[in-house]
Amino acid sequence: MKHLNQDELVLHYYGEHADPAVAQHLADCEDCRAHLESLTRVLDAMDDLEVPEPSDAYGSRVWQRLAPELAPSPARWWAGWFAPRRLVAAAAMAALLIGAFLAGKVSERRQMAGLSAPVRERILLVAVGEHLDRSQMILVELVNNESKGPVDISEEQQRAEDLIGENRLYRQAALKSGDRAMSSVLDELERVLLDIAHSPSKLDAAGLEQIRKQIEGQGILFKIRVVSANLREREVPPARGKAGTI
Amino acid sequence: MEPSDATAVAQVRAGNPDAYRVLVERHSRSVFRLAFRMTGNEQDAEDLVQETFLRAYRQIGKFDGRASFSTWLYRIAANCSLDLIRVRKRRQEQQTPVNEEGEELAGAVAAADPTPDRLAFSGELKELLRPAIEHLSPMERTAFVLRHYEGMCIEEIGRALGVNTGAAKHSVFRAVQKLRRALEPALSSASS
Repeated sequence: MKHLNQDELVLHYYGEHADPAVAQHLADCEDCRAHLESLTRVLDAMDDLEVPEPSDAYGSRVWQRLAPELAPSPARWWAGWFAPRRLVAAAAMAALLIGAFLAGKVSERRQMAGLSAPVRERILLVAVGEHLDRSQMILVELVNNESKGPVDISEEQQRAEDLIGENRLYRQAALKSGDRAMSSVLDELERVLLDIAHSPSKLDAAGLEQIRKQIEGQGILFKIRVVSANLREREVPPARGKAGTI
Repeated sequence: MEPSDATAVAQVRAGNPDAYRVLVERHSRSVFRLAFRMTGNEQDAEDLVQETFLRAYRQIGKFDGRASFSTWLYRIAANCSLDLIRVRKRRQEQQTPVNEEGEELAGAVAAADPTPDRLAFSGELKELLRPAIEHLSPMERTAFVLRHYEGMCIEEIGRALGVNTGAAKHSVFRAVQKLRRALEPALSSASS
């Protein structure tokens, strides 16, 4: 057997090399053993990477900050996109968005319910991001539908209808906060969603092509992707210096 | 007696958010450790813990129980961390151009190459570990942390990060190669 390369030695170190010939070769080959020892020194040294040990009360502290953010009924939170309750949640989120955007950045003073301001802001951004993701999914499904014959889009219409109310709230929030780019994209999206919702539920090839052209013609998918990418960037907390102990 | 993870998950899914407390209290310390290894910063790690549990709560309907709850949670934590360090790396690159693989930064670790005297104390070697891991690309760092510290096999890492097994393996290999390059001279000096 030829000498083992580094990748094989790494797999061996982590116990992911099932081939018994490798172990046998290591037993027989002094060079490969020396390489393995050298690799082992480096990887064992990585075990010394220091990590602060959270106190026993850490879990309780996390819970205290998190609990106010949890919806009373999580099952409805993600399963009930089609329920009227969804609009209530969106309204609440939009209200928070208005506050956050009007203030520019959520300041330390605006900390609510024990959550840090950046975390709160990211939660809001995630909510809008998810709305855009769901909208994008409908549009992509329609654009990629290659049916030649009549096609039933009633499911997409139902989803579009559910998103319209939510979209309106987010658009108003963005408008009030002066976020023109966001409100403009949401405005265009709303019109497309309305068109989809008000189309006949059974479309022939020409009808489907018309909707597809409308979506592609406005470049709404591209705009949503740009705004979503921007939101994802803002969702991530900025780099900060080391904090105190936990 | 506290309920098992599976029982707590079922209760949360049934609409009882208070049941989530058991899961948060049971797993938050290990999620913190993972997040800290990824970021090297306590405040970022705390924020990531918060975000991980929030995302997990909102996605718990998608948890299919095939993996353990902790494995599923680590996947979310790893992806949150990966997003964070990717963005941070992009910002750094805008300020100081480096390539995607961080080769120039690997040189910076070498520049900190300690003399044997500096390594007279093992504590000084520890000081090299954080810079060495921070000079890995985001994907390499994540794959390495999951493999080395969390004990995930390469196949699991691929699933967790949404890449194929070959890509996960390659990330671990490259990470180890860079760590060797950065640390081996210091370790040799220390042992000679």
